[in-house]
Amino acid sequence: MSEVKFTIDGREITAPAGEKLLWVALKHDIYIPHLCGIQEEQRPGAGCRLCFVEVEGQAHPVTSCTLPVREGMAVKTRTPAVDRLVRSAFELLLSDHRLQCGKCPKNRACALQQIARERGLKLKLNRLKPLQREFPPVDDSTAVFACDRSRCVLCGQCVWADQQVAKVGAIGFSRRGLNRTVSTFTGMELADSPCTKCGLCVEACPVGALYFLDDNWKNLQGGQTPKGKI
Amino acid sequence: MSMLSTTEKTYQELRQKAEAKLAPLADKPLIWIGTATCGKAAGALEVREAFKEELKNKGVDARVMEVGCMGHCYAEPLAVIAKPGFPALCYGKVDEGLVKRLVDDFLVHDDPCYEFAMVALEANDIFPTFADFPRGVYEEKIILEQCGFIDPEDIDHYLAKDGYAALARVLDMESPQVIKEVKAANLRGRGGAGFPAGVKWEAVAGQAEQTRYVICNADEGDPGAFMDRSILESNPHLVVEGMIICAYAVGASHGYLYIRSEYPQAIRRVRTALQQARERGLLGNSILGSDFNFDLEIFAGAGAFVCGEGTALINSMEGKLGLPEHRPPRLSTAGLRGKPTVLNNVKTFAYVPLIIKKGAEWFKNTGTPGSPGTAVFALAGKVANPGLVEVPMGTTLRQLIYDVGQGIPGDKKFKAVQIGGPSGGCLPEAALDIPIDFDSLKEAGAIMGSGGVVILDEDDCMVRIARYFLKFTQQESCGKCTFCRLGTRHMLDILTAITRGEGKLSDLETLRELAEDVQAGSLCNLGKTAPNPVLTTLKYFYDEYRAHIKEKRCPALMCPDLIAYYIAPEKCSKLCNACVGSCPVEAVYTREDGLKAINQGKCVKCDNCLKACPFEYNAVIKLSPPSLLEEKERSTK
Repeated sequence: MSEVKFTIDGREITAPAGEKLLWVALKHDIYIPHLCGIQEEQRPGAGCRLCFVEVEGQAHPVTSCTLPVREGMAVKTRTPAVDRLVRSAFELLLSDHRLQCGKCPKNRACALQQIARERGLKLKLNRLKPLQREFPPVDDSTAVFACDRSRCVLCGQCVWADQQVAKVGAIGFSRRGLNRTVSTFTGMELADSPCTKCGLCVEACPVGALYFLDDNWKNLQGGQTPKGKI
Repeated sequence: MSMLSTTEKTYQELRQKAEAKLAPLADKPLIWIGTATCGKAAGALEVREAFKEELKNKGVDARVMEVGCMGHCYAEPLAVIAKPGFPALCYGKVDEGLVKRLVDDFLVHDDPCYEFAMVALEANDIFPTFADFPRGVYEEKIILEQCGFIDPEDIDHYLAKDGYAALARVLDMESPQVIKEVKAANLRGRGGAGFPAGVKWEAVAGQAEQTRYVICNADEGDPGAFMDRSILESNPHLVVEGMIICAYAVGASHGYLYIRSEYPQAIRRVRTALQQARERGLLGNSILGSDFNFDLEIFAGAGAFVCGEGTALINSMEGKLGLPEHRPPRLSTAGLRGKPTVLNNVKTFAYVPLIIKKGAEWFKNTGTPGSPGTAVFALAGKVANPGLVEVPMGTTLRQLIYDVGQGIPGDKKFKAVQIGGPSGGCLPEAALDIPIDFDSLKEAGAIMGSGGVVILDEDDCMVRIARYFLKFTQQESCGKCTFCRLGTRHMLDILTAITRGEGKLSDLETLRELAEDVQAGSLCNLGKTAPNPVLTTLKYFYDEYRAHIKEKRCPALMCPDLIAYYIAPEKCSKLCNACVGSCPVEAVYTREDGLKAINQGKCVKCDNCLKACPFEYNAVIKLSPPSLLEEKERSTK
């Protein structure tokens, strides 16, 4: 594949033509906020709306997970328009996320915290009120890991891990609008579903919606995967 | 005499057969009844049965024929009587009594009952035609021309009116020539976005992949829009012919009509149309004797609004969740099953046979240079003559509302026009002289959209209207992307608070910021356009928002939390009890002096007492803010 040269924030970068900008930037240690991006996915879902960048010559910010790199393009990861969209998308996600970082198993390892840190955003609501809505009870039926939908950001990483990596198909997206959720077929408990407890979905979760219940969690934080032990 | 090609010869035979079959129709009286969904809802089926019954009773030899919709919703159910020796006459608001009179007076005797006739269908010396009314002057029916005048369930009616002639001509042309003609006509997609159809077709025709699809988007979901349904129910073959021509132009051998299941009658009539087209060799293998093969089938959509969006429509056809995808790739490169796909709206396809028949130049003679042709609008709301109208692009909103729609009923004042469906914008009086086309509407903050036009008068609260439309898009959001899923919800919450008098001025700033961000940041066009009603009302009716927040006052007296009902003692009569009986919660009571009053604690603001109060008293009035009540009560004590 042919290589192309272009710039991100003025830095000259070479990458294979057609590769999506988000992954090229991350590879070069240029941070762009993202939750739903999956590098292997043929057609990115582009649902989280956090990875906006500005390309010289284009009037509006575009999502970098869907942007193929081109020869000579000049990309900026921080502009007033980009920052405004990221700030709004982030605050919108927080408004529907149970914000009790101290009690969250993902505290300090959470993608939302990383975005806040990198972009100087606050982990609290500024303009918006929290959406008061009911979530199904925490599903800890597997005794290995738990699913708390009040922390879910609907990024779909767990669904990809379950369906495309583990090839199990225990979970998927269901319902629509504000009720969109990750669920098992008919919403049964995970223990009753085809779930094999492989833990790939838990590892994939960037926030604290899926978390291990026993010591395996600590192993994960130590950088080990708990897969073999379950 | 020039030599006829095979296709032309095959077509002429079909047409002659159709004409021969229909010729005897002119021998005896013919009664047409508009039985599209709109007519049926108004009682057309009962009218049809009444005619049949009465004809039998009186022993009159006449035919009853079902047709589609003429677009005059205000006069449904409609019937047309064509009796040899008389001009064909159209009667509106037909009921069983009128049926009896028409059969007896007109069909048995020769009195056409002009006092009940609405309009004559052909020029004559006695009775006015559509062209003699203001609406007829401004209207220019191109794709609606045959709607309501032919039997949609009999292909021969379409064939006899030159139907499928364009297809016969196209089959003798080279396919690039067909695309060239559509491109030259600058036919812009009538689904709302206005993308040039010819450019789309060319992109599909130029793909290396040889399997291609043609899909007609009939997932018409906007509240108040019914033009696609009406066309499919009234003249399905026009759309089918347009699709076959498109398939020939782009080299597709299979196509679909994506019709929402909420349109059962449209599905039924299209299915009949496809069946009859197949029987006549107009669909299937070797169309009209040529070597071109194409077939069409119906895909019934399950009724999600978002599935009208192209990528979501494709996903739902493939059995996946009906969620939109990021574009590119465009459908023209990777559409249904990853193959190049033309997706056009019902109306776009309907123009195609006419452009082929009459030429690109003819098409461009109507409308504006940037948006040639006509636009079909569903006029609704506070307008005297609601209905389906087709006017040239470039007609002003003022002409559309005051000449075609005959203005605002009653002595009410025009306030705004909401154009483009729930994703459209609300334009004020000052915008009435904008010539309507794709570009000018966008500039004003509205969109052409589906063509829904809702007219609002002084009794409509703009905050509530914005909330109403946003509520629709919020509920129809698929939930895939952050901005649309959560942004529209927060906007809705803010609007709800304002209509309850719980808003703050700073909320308006948040509302505007959110609206702009949802517009800029959403994944698909549902989210990108959802804020339009909010942004346009904030721009043009800011004072109304302010009044709700600062004065807790609803200027249109519409928001229940900001109004109070009050019975003016000086107008009320001891002799009348109408309001007391109308109240569902016993809030209205009789005072010691016999006059009526309202217990505000019980009142649920249902408006019944105001409607019940007889015209001669008009004693029930609405007050906003409710605090005015104390003042009133003090002053009358």
